[in-house]
Amino acid sequence: SLCTSNIISNILPPVSLWTGTAVRYLDKKESVKPVISTGSEQRKVQTKSKKTLAKPGVKNIVLVEGVRTPFLLSGTTYADLMPHDLARAALQGLLHKTSLPKDAVDYIIYGTVIQEVKTSNVAREASLGAGFSDKIPSHTVTMACISSNVAMTTGVGLITAGQCDTIVAGGVEFMSDVPIRHSRKMRKTMLALNRAKTLGQRLSLIGSIRMAHLTPELPAVAEFSTAETMGHSADRLAAAFGVTRLEQDEFALRSHTLAKQAQDAGLLSDVISFKVPGRDTVAKDNGIRPSSMEQLAKLKPAFIKPHGTVTAANSSFLTDGASAVLIMSEEKALAMGYKPKAYLRDFVFVSQDPKDQLLLGPAYGTPKVLARAGLTMDDIDVFEFHEAFAGQIMANLKALDSDWFAQTYMGRKVKVGAPAMEKFNLWGGSLSLGHPFGATGCRLVTTVAHRLLKEGGQYGLVAACAAGGQGHAMVIEAYPQ
Amino acid sequence: MAGVRALGALSRITARRYVLSGKIVLNSFDLSFFLARTHVNYEVKEDVAVIRMNDPNSKVNTLSVRMQNEMIEVFNEVLANDAVHSAVLISSKPGCFIAGADINMIQACNTSEEVTKLSQEGQKMFERIEKSPKPIVAAINGSCLGGGLEFAIACQYRVATKSKKTVLGTPEVMLGLLPGAGGTQRLPKMVGIPGAFDMMLTGRNIKADKAKKMGLVHQLVDPLGPGLKSPEERTIEYLEEVAIQCARGIVHKKILLTKKKGMMQKVQDYVMGIAFVRQQIYKNVNGKVMKMSKGLYPAPLKIIESVKAGLEQGPDSGYLAEAQNFGKLAMTSESNALIGLYHGQVACKKNRFGVPERPVKNLAILGAGLMGAGIAQVTVDKGIHTVLKDTTVEGLSRGQQQVYKGLNDKIKKKAITSFERDSTLSSLTGQLDYSGFEKADMVIEAVFEDINIKHRVIKEVEAVIPPHCIFATNTSALPIKDIAAASMRPEKVIGMHYFSPVDKMQLLEIITTDKTSKDTTASAVAVGLKQGKVIIVVGDGPGFYTTRCLAPMLAEAVRVLQEGVNPKKLDALTTGFGFPVGAATLADEVGIDVAAHVAEDLGKAFGSRFGGGNVDVLKTMVERGFKGRKSGKGCYVYTPGLKSKDVNPDIDDLLEKFKLTPNPSVSSDSDVQYRLVSRFVNEAVMCLQEGILNGPVEGDIGAVFGLGFPPCLGGPFRFVDTFGADKLVEKMRRYEEVYGNHFTPCQLLLDHAKDSNKRFHK
Repeated sequence: SLCTSNIISNILPPVSLWTGTAVRYLDKKESVKPVISTGSEQRKVQTKSKKTLAKPGVKNIVLVEGVRTPFLLSGTTYADLMPHDLARAALQGLLHKTSLPKDAVDYIIYGTVIQEVKTSNVAREASLGAGFSDKIPSHTVTMACISSNVAMTTGVGLITAGQCDTIVAGGVEFMSDVPIRHSRKMRKTMLALNRAKTLGQRLSLIGSIRMAHLTPELPAVAEFSTAETMGHSADRLAAAFGVTRLEQDEFALRSHTLAKQAQDAGLLSDVISFKVPGRDTVAKDNGIRPSSMEQLAKLKPAFIKPHGTVTAANSSFLTDGASAVLIMSEEKALAMGYKPKAYLRDFVFVSQDPKDQLLLGPAYGTPKVLARAGLTMDDIDVFEFHEAFAGQIMANLKALDSDWFAQTYMGRKVKVGAPAMEKFNLWGGSLSLGHPFGATGCRLVTTVAHRLLKEGGQYGLVAACAAGGQGHAMVIEAYPQ
Repeated sequence: MAGVRALGALSRITARRYVLSGKIVLNSFDLSFFLARTHVNYEVKEDVAVIRMNDPNSKVNTLSVRMQNEMIEVFNEVLANDAVHSAVLISSKPGCFIAGADINMIQACNTSEEVTKLSQEGQKMFERIEKSPKPIVAAINGSCLGGGLEFAIACQYRVATKSKKTVLGTPEVMLGLLPGAGGTQRLPKMVGIPGAFDMMLTGRNIKADKAKKMGLVHQLVDPLGPGLKSPEERTIEYLEEVAIQCARGIVHKKILLTKKKGMMQKVQDYVMGIAFVRQQIYKNVNGKVMKMSKGLYPAPLKIIESVKAGLEQGPDSGYLAEAQNFGKLAMTSESNALIGLYHGQVACKKNRFGVPERPVKNLAILGAGLMGAGIAQVTVDKGIHTVLKDTTVEGLSRGQQQVYKGLNDKIKKKAITSFERDSTLSSLTGQLDYSGFEKADMVIEAVFEDINIKHRVIKEVEAVIPPHCIFATNTSALPIKDIAAASMRPEKVIGMHYFSPVDKMQLLEIITTDKTSKDTTASAVAVGLKQGKVIIVVGDGPGFYTTRCLAPMLAEAVRVLQEGVNPKKLDALTTGFGFPVGAATLADEVGIDVAAHVAEDLGKAFGSRFGGGNVDVLKTMVERGFKGRKSGKGCYVYTPGLKSKDVNPDIDDLLEKFKLTPNPSVSSDSDVQYRLVSRFVNEAVMCLQEGILNGPVEGDIGAVFGLGFPPCLGGPFRFVDTFGADKLVEKMRRYEEVYGNHFTPCQLLLDHAKDSNKRFHK
């Protein structure tokens, strides 16, 4: 019981965020540009071209709840933790928020990108640490920036297949500490040293160590197949689509401004408070910095010099953070007395050339998932796209809005069109909120659910790009309130 | 019998890369000169004039008279336009900035004075560019070679794309010329004296990143992928945008043209400022050139001379020396020969048999030996699925390792990434059986050179391949019709004679029989071109063309050895004539056993004409284990890891047994050289006479690229034209008196000797 109380004191329920939300939101409404829907009260759901995406004979799968730790710039308050600590915090937050019994989960899946070698199955370490029953199996998945999307869709698959009813999925990324390895030469020597039988053999191996052995190996920042860093590829992508520096800076500023407004209005209700051991309690994302166009214009390009357009300010920053969602079959959720937030509907994973189309996942995924669901762009009320780089977002929007691109590269007759900006990433995005690679997917899905609730829409769309030239898109349907 | 093709090193040294500046322009009367501009146009974007080049009649831009005239017009207009403060020079062609000067413009001149004048006009034009009060930015995407490079370096600033197609270089030396439009004067100042010599004397292509490091370009632009336009189109647009920014930056002094010099640069400048150091460099470079070229190539020496004149006596003397030397070089037989080879190579990179009915997508290779694996290596990275089949796991694994190593070496040279290696290798299947052969479009066999084995293989293969599949045999001497005798469908049988090492040697000799169908030939040529080969298509017969020319020369070499000339001396005589590899070394590389085998086979086929040296010399060598490099001993002793080699001490002993007394009247150094060469040349001419060869161009290309015939002579046929058939016949008659029919000139050669108007090349 000591343990439990500890845990509870670590996670202050975000009650303070809830109180007065509506009032503050209404107060600020006028200053918010572009318009963030209307009012806090439930808008009447407008029936779209399809009343629902439910299919006969297919289980409805629902998002019951979604939470995340505050997303912090790497090297700040979380600096001394380990990845599973963050994941643990997210899981405990979910438990707390849903009052889910600790043995009521069938399976736990986590996504992560840069693995801490000591906790390579971070899902297992975090779930044990979070107090879940040790009878619940858990595994870890990786697919770059869409890792937690894979965690969620894996859960959807398990439910659809009738294997499970209740899934916890999540993602975690911890960039304050990354595995830096000895060089291959040194590793080889050390492993040989392990096997050496005599003192003579050991001494001769130690004697063979040279300066070159001591050069460390940093985790690759570059795409393995092309040796190009993502920022460099983003800059080329922006240039290919003729995205200007100004457009990128404007989009970055928009993201930070909207994130700040959402934070101030208390809309980011998925954020839980987290008492960091040895440090203060953290309750807010700390990367949101609305600046001015003049300030942004001063920055030099970060990757392609001197004529590039991608800068530190119009890129997402290295972030620590974790997220978690509770996914259930609708029947089970209702049986357990939950009020689901949304249905998780059709989803697709796409992949293309990792060199020249590294970050075009949303452009390829969006039309594909819409076609699967039988929806059009206009049917979507809420868009949440992962913002890796402002240039990448603008490029994807232009690709979606180009007949030539649709015909030449996607084998489509016409474009699907770009999302309307007044529906697009209205509570900020990865550029401003932060982007812990493995955790972003759950944030996107939870945000869509919350926005649908808040804004009263029916359908939402999540899309994201990922290293390796891959991408993901998912349609989310509001749960009738 | 891979050995016969071990002539690898031969043409690698000199005749390697002729893919360069020239373009064939029809010299028709050009009326359009008086009409609107068609090659150069410009558009004013605010304060920057964007000058675009695009030759409407060609895939590449060349500095033709037309292009130059329009450029001068445009340049004058840009200078006169007060709204324009700077200019960008760019090509609208994807993959080509300017590929060089128009070779035909030079070839149309009759005297060196005319060529000198051309050079001076070019110099003048680029001087105006260099001194332009409005900065000009050269925006380079694709090849920027020869005159194109000289144009670019006359501009104030250079931006280049990192595209694989972007290469900068001064390949004039490979045409026996020099950079004649200020290149010898500007390059040393731009990239330093050693760097400039390296560029101009090797003529090698420099990639964009290297060019940036050398100081040849100022800024690099990444090629773009798909966007709202095609990648090629958008990349050029992007390059233009960046270049415009640079042009404005220069005008607004945000970009300084005089860079602050680093410490290294200052030290280097100081050192190069010492006259003594420069003298040492000239001496050193001169020595290297003489050692490599044996003084047979005048262009490198003239390049050194022109650079020296500029640096030591000032720009006026330098530019004058450059123009005059350019004029002189253009009139040399060496330049004529090299330009001939260039044109020949271009011709042999085309498929004169048309487009095959179905493209080869699946290719199977039998035998994973040196040749088989080599063929796999040049095929697998061309988008063709390649099956490598051998009979043993050991043989197969050795072959697969060869392919892997070939690709891996490219990673070390940064030509490909490890990822590209892996994905390329995914198209290679190694196997011991015939599974999957039902999908093969072409099978190339590279099994042991034994007619019985070849017959067995052809029967086995024909039992499993589909009806459309082509059966190509990689043999160096066995007549194709003898191999095809075992085939159920001789129209699908063809010879593909590769040279070893396959990945280095450019030549592919394709042999057709009377029964080979045209579509089969078209398909074989198409595959060869995909593999990057220069192709000659010849008729069937013992030794086809290349092996047949080589055999009498080797027979003569053996006789020369028997007459007491030691291997080192023999090598010196042959390399002194221009062969990249000496005759004795060549025999070791080919393999003494292979040479013996070929000598015997062709001796039987052609009779006493192929005599000369005693075949028993070779046979005895083989018996004693002196099989050449592969056995560690041949004419020389080879120690692994050592580059230098000594004459095999046992060889004197052996040759003593077969000693012949030389006849002093035909044994001077020069006579020995002509004895070797005349037999080669006579046999080549006979191949043309008998219709084995399609024409003299293919004969020259085959001899130079396959056998290392001296490139400065341009091949056996050009040699006859230049040297004079009558003079050659005269020499042969003299040798004939001593040695008999080995030196009897063939009828075609005699015809040419009789009538001095008869020439192989126009």
